[in-house]
Amino acid sequence: MAGGVNNAPRSIVTTETRPVRILLTGIALAFIGLFLVVPLVSVFVEAFRQGWQLYLAALVEPDAVSAIKLTLITAAIAVPLNLVFGLTAAWAIAKFEFRGKSFLITLIDLPFAVSPVVAGLIYVLLFGAQGWWGPWLADHDIKIIFAVPGIVLATVFVTFPFVARELIPLMEAQGSDEEQAAMVLGASGWQMFWRVTLPNIKWGLLYGVILANARAMGEFGAVSVVSGHVRGQTNTIPLHVEILYNEYNFVAAFACASLLALLALVTLALKSWVEWRTERLAAEDRRHATEE
Amino acid sequence: MAFKQHSVLPGFKLSLGYTLLYLSLIVLLPLAALIIKTSHLDWAAFWSIVTEPRVMASYKVTFGTSLLAALINLVFGLLIAWVLVRYPFPGKRLVDALVDLPFALPTAVAGIALATIYAPNGWIGQWFEPLGLKIAFTPLGIVLALTFITLPFVVRTVQPVLQDLEKELEEAAASLGATRGQVFYKIIVPTILPALLTGFAMAFARAIGEYGSVIFIAGNMPYVSEITPLMIISKLEQYDYLGATAIACVMLAVSFALLLVINGLQWWTAKRLGRRK
Repeated sequence: MAGGVNNAPRSIVTTETRPVRILLTGIALAFIGLFLVVPLVSVFVEAFRQGWQLYLAALVEPDAVSAIKLTLITAAIAVPLNLVFGLTAAWAIAKFEFRGKSFLITLIDLPFAVSPVVAGLIYVLLFGAQGWWGPWLADHDIKIIFAVPGIVLATVFVTFPFVARELIPLMEAQGSDEEQAAMVLGASGWQMFWRVTLPNIKWGLLYGVILANARAMGEFGAVSVVSGHVRGQTNTIPLHVEILYNEYNFVAAFACASLLALLALVTLALKSWVEWRTERLAAEDRRHATEE
Repeated sequence: MAFKQHSVLPGFKLSLGYTLLYLSLIVLLPLAALIIKTSHLDWAAFWSIVTEPRVMASYKVTFGTSLLAALINLVFGLLIAWVLVRYPFPGKRLVDALVDLPFALPTAVAGIALATIYAPNGWIGQWFEPLGLKIAFTPLGIVLALTFITLPFVVRTVQPVLQDLEKELEEAAASLGATRGQVFYKIIVPTILPALLTGFAMAFARAIGEYGSVIFIAGNMPYVSEITPLMIISKLEQYDYLGATAIACVMLAVSFALLLVINGLQWWTAKRLGRRK
């Protein structure tokens, strides 16, 4: 999680003169303005360029509605799957000692290192018409590539590490004293999990889920390879945006893009809120510790 | 793996078993399929696909633009982290939250927004057009898109290290007569160097694989502004699965190598910070 924000002034010898400070702050803010704020604002300006009515029309059009639905379904499957995986992986890695642990952590991080296009390709090689299981799937009339299951699989791959990598360091830092106490006092495994572990990690868990969800709903490259781009059937919102943009239908493209931009803003707000809560809880803990 | 279990906690075998099963099904098996598929090619055929002139040109574009974008963010990422940690200014929390925008904003949205802004008639592009400088639909546009996408990496790796930097060291150096410049180069830079390089490597690795934000602004002209991920896509569109797989294998090898470098750098960061305590 990001470092805290500190607004306390520093002593004279460990900071720069006032003009230098103002200059450096100005350059940093100008860079952020140019590279982050301008593109974000432009999405909404372009979306509303021809008024509310065209904007709304672009969002309620059947192909757009089906893209929105598919995006929601994909995230609703991919995020819980990776949530369960993140919990089990973090439990095994943080609470027990075994050989090959750091190698396992590297493998879990692997999907972040792989290009999204390669992530899509590997599923085409497995399940596509030319793939390993392609003929068998065709015989049984099961469609994975160029269909919804492929989109879900590619999304699961690209969001694979989010929850696990958030929980592993958190649970390692917390240790397992509280869980051991619960077990010694006679709690069952599930009681210990629901009453001790989950309350301890809920903020980290939420943080991972927020990030995984944003990626799941916004993924483009991997999904693009496996989707087949069938309008109204296998288009997620990002793919729908691409089609509209390539058809020079800019207002509709930016209208759909503005939904994703809103999602990004909500994600950032939630993320900051979780960070703020965790910082406050940590500060309270420290205060209690010093009072005791 | 050998199991050493002294714990009273339940669920070790179940959780590790599920972790390994899920990891194998989602990540390892599909990646193995890629490598096995490539092994159907003999070395000469593989080599001729991955060194085709158009593919070679795409490596140059991908590595060149990624390196440039990572360098831009090395400088500005450090500056942003520095300003966020050290200088008070209004709206700081908002700016701090905004830095993560490229992680939250879908790449396709960033792509069409940047392509529109930097097009010859766009908000910013129109000011460069009279100067004869084209940004969108050239490699310069690719650098811009990659700079946007990788902006948070250096900021987020350097920020916590700057935060924990002991003020006493700087005060001691200043009281012994060091100038601010000397303090920066002799105390601050050596301390943050591992984190800085980690952020740089992460940004570079991300930029090499990036697709969504780039294709809209790149113009995708053969030999000039085609990136390597696009070569995989265009091979796939021609149903040339072996060709796509061979190029993907090259990209995967580069990703692995960078992952190892990043792991090494993180280990170095942890060691450097641990020693100071």
